[in-house]
Amino acid sequence: MEKFQRVQATAVPIDSANVDTDQIIPARFLRKPRKAGTALFLFHDLRFNDDGSEKASFVLNRPAFRGARILVAERNFGCGSSRENAVYALYDYGFRAVIAPSFGDIFYNNCFKNGLLPIVLPAAAAAALRAALNAKPGAQVTVDLAAQRVVGPDGTRLSFEIDPFRKHCLLEGVDEIGFTLGFDKEITAFEKNLT
Amino acid sequence: MTIATATAPQTLFEKIWERHKIVERDDGQTLLYIDRHLIHDGSRHAFEVLAERGLKLRRPERTFATPDHYVPTASRDVSTIADPEARGMVESIALNAAKHGVIIFDLGDPRQGIVHVVGPEQGLTQPGLTLVCGDSHTSTHGALGALAFGIGASEVGHVLATQSLWQQKPRTLRIAVEGRLPQGVFAKDIILAIIAKIGAAGAVGHAIEYAGSAIRSLGMEGRLTVCNMSIEAGGRAGMIAPDDTTFAYVAGRPYAPKGKEWDKALAYWRQLPSDPGARFDREVTLAAGELSPMVTWGTSPEHAAPISGRVPDPAQAPDAETRAGWSQALAYMGLKPGTPLEHIAIDRVFIGSCTNSRIEDLRAAAKVVAGKKAVVPAWAVPGSGLVKAQAEAEGLDRVFKAAGFEWREAGCSMCVGMNGDLVAAGERCASTSNRNFAGRQGKGARTHLLSPAMAAAAALSGRLSDVRKLLAGGS
Repeated sequence: MEKFQRVQATAVPIDSANVDTDQIIPARFLRKPRKAGTALFLFHDLRFNDDGSEKASFVLNRPAFRGARILVAERNFGCGSSRENAVYALYDYGFRAVIAPSFGDIFYNNCFKNGLLPIVLPAAAAAALRAALNAKPGAQVTVDLAAQRVVGPDGTRLSFEIDPFRKHCLLEGVDEIGFTLGFDKEITAFEKNLT
Repeated sequence: MTIATATAPQTLFEKIWERHKIVERDDGQTLLYIDRHLIHDGSRHAFEVLAERGLKLRRPERTFATPDHYVPTASRDVSTIADPEARGMVESIALNAAKHGVIIFDLGDPRQGIVHVVGPEQGLTQPGLTLVCGDSHTSTHGALGALAFGIGASEVGHVLATQSLWQQKPRTLRIAVEGRLPQGVFAKDIILAIIAKIGAAGAVGHAIEYAGSAIRSLGMEGRLTVCNMSIEAGGRAGMIAPDDTTFAYVAGRPYAPKGKEWDKALAYWRQLPSDPGARFDREVTLAAGELSPMVTWGTSPEHAAPISGRVPDPAQAPDAETRAGWSQALAYMGLKPGTPLEHIAIDRVFIGSCTNSRIEDLRAAAKVVAGKKAVVPAWAVPGSGLVKAQAEAEGLDRVFKAAGFEWREAGCSMCVGMNGDLVAAGERCASTSNRNFAGRQGKGARTHLLSPAMAAAAALSGRLSDVRKLLAGGS
């Protein structure tokens, strides 16, 4: 996993609550290997018409939001299916951080395994951030994981909480399986006690 | 196996959690031992994770496989899967199982089926175990008093390699449903009512324990339905204290403990229920007697209402965010505010999925359609080959077929459509599955979630219908 770097980039607001992983990547694309590219599948049915042309009204297709690397969402983003492809698609499209008042628990975990930083902000702070981005499309936001800080377009500084172990793993690009294999002795001892 | 006498009363969840801690870090992460790992035909990526690192599967004997998402339900023949990538998913699980020495209930084996039907059916799911699977509906298995939750592909790879997972301890939520369920009200209605009450994010970060007399009175199939949809309320895990219903269900199943092992296991299982006075972080209570048959009208499972209700008016939403959500949902669903739910015409019916494809579900639906005719295309898709065989032994297949239903082979089928069993764009489906998300059953498909009996009633009338009226006037 690549180390997580400070991100200063265009941020895109998604105003709907309960954006499920079926919306993020529809089921019919899950059988495609990741190396064939998943960015095109991101929000596919919201983003494209049946003939493959872009839906001009969808926020990612608006010129000001091209190249966005930070997504600011509503409550319960990434709920539903455990499909990790939802994270691959966001990451492969270019997103490095997703901000929301709450996340689907499985999606939240999957983010950390793939170098995507999920940030929980209070609902009012996330709403204010989305409002600022809607008012000024294309505005930049900064995400600094080391400092646990988000800086909004108007310079507003918002601090966020994150599990220290997960923060460390993201910043250092820790391979979790490799890390856990270092506990082989403890796992083996535990297994000996199982009946 | 005994649980050390604790100073404070513990919940069912805490007892299992404490028993499975391998390492506890000061920063809050716990390395948790995983007793059972169920894998399916979506697990290919996780095996690639192993292969990339040159790792072996640590505990093949704790891992069990069955293909379900991509399998055809018209036949049991892999070669009938037209899409080579979909066929590859089904073939890869068999190849990976063979390579790593994992027991597989493959296509053509009568034990094959939806992984969340197969686990309990085979006795793999037992009280007190930790069980994971790369599927969000793994919460289902908590119905037997296990700690079971869904994980992503990277975590599946992690469990394959280490038989463990780093987890942050969730908070606990007790949902008590007290009293007697009225006639025509089933487990599905309980869980839809719960989700409507607490919301699709209501249990985020929590392990749920369902309790109360209405939950205790449910059979194992009903309990599995309730726990299955915990994730639709945001809870990764949902569980029910094991009791005599649980023990009777597990006894004699192929992978259940036998003889002295059974006695020992039973003694342990009896200690698992939450202690009197155990503290939960949150508690919610529902009165069973006030529940009605439920249907969903929107694109989130929280968009659920009693069948006697109407499509809500976004103008009357409690806040701007909810108003926007309702408007978006109604536009997708093609519904007008104020429409009585019973006036909504449907195009097809799907009875199946890990939520409602077990024998009790099929019996409840068959009871409604017996001797009558479906007026729209309708499918019954058993959850496993063994459920199918039992239903056929009871003559339920003949009841369904006589009513005009298609009687299919076991698999996830039209719940998620990965195998090509799709609802057409614009079509409205009354479905016993778990998700009414936009595009879930097919691009542009419109889903109304309901119980098997309610789905059966909808098949007979061609619209969402109150099954209580049929049951009351039934023969």
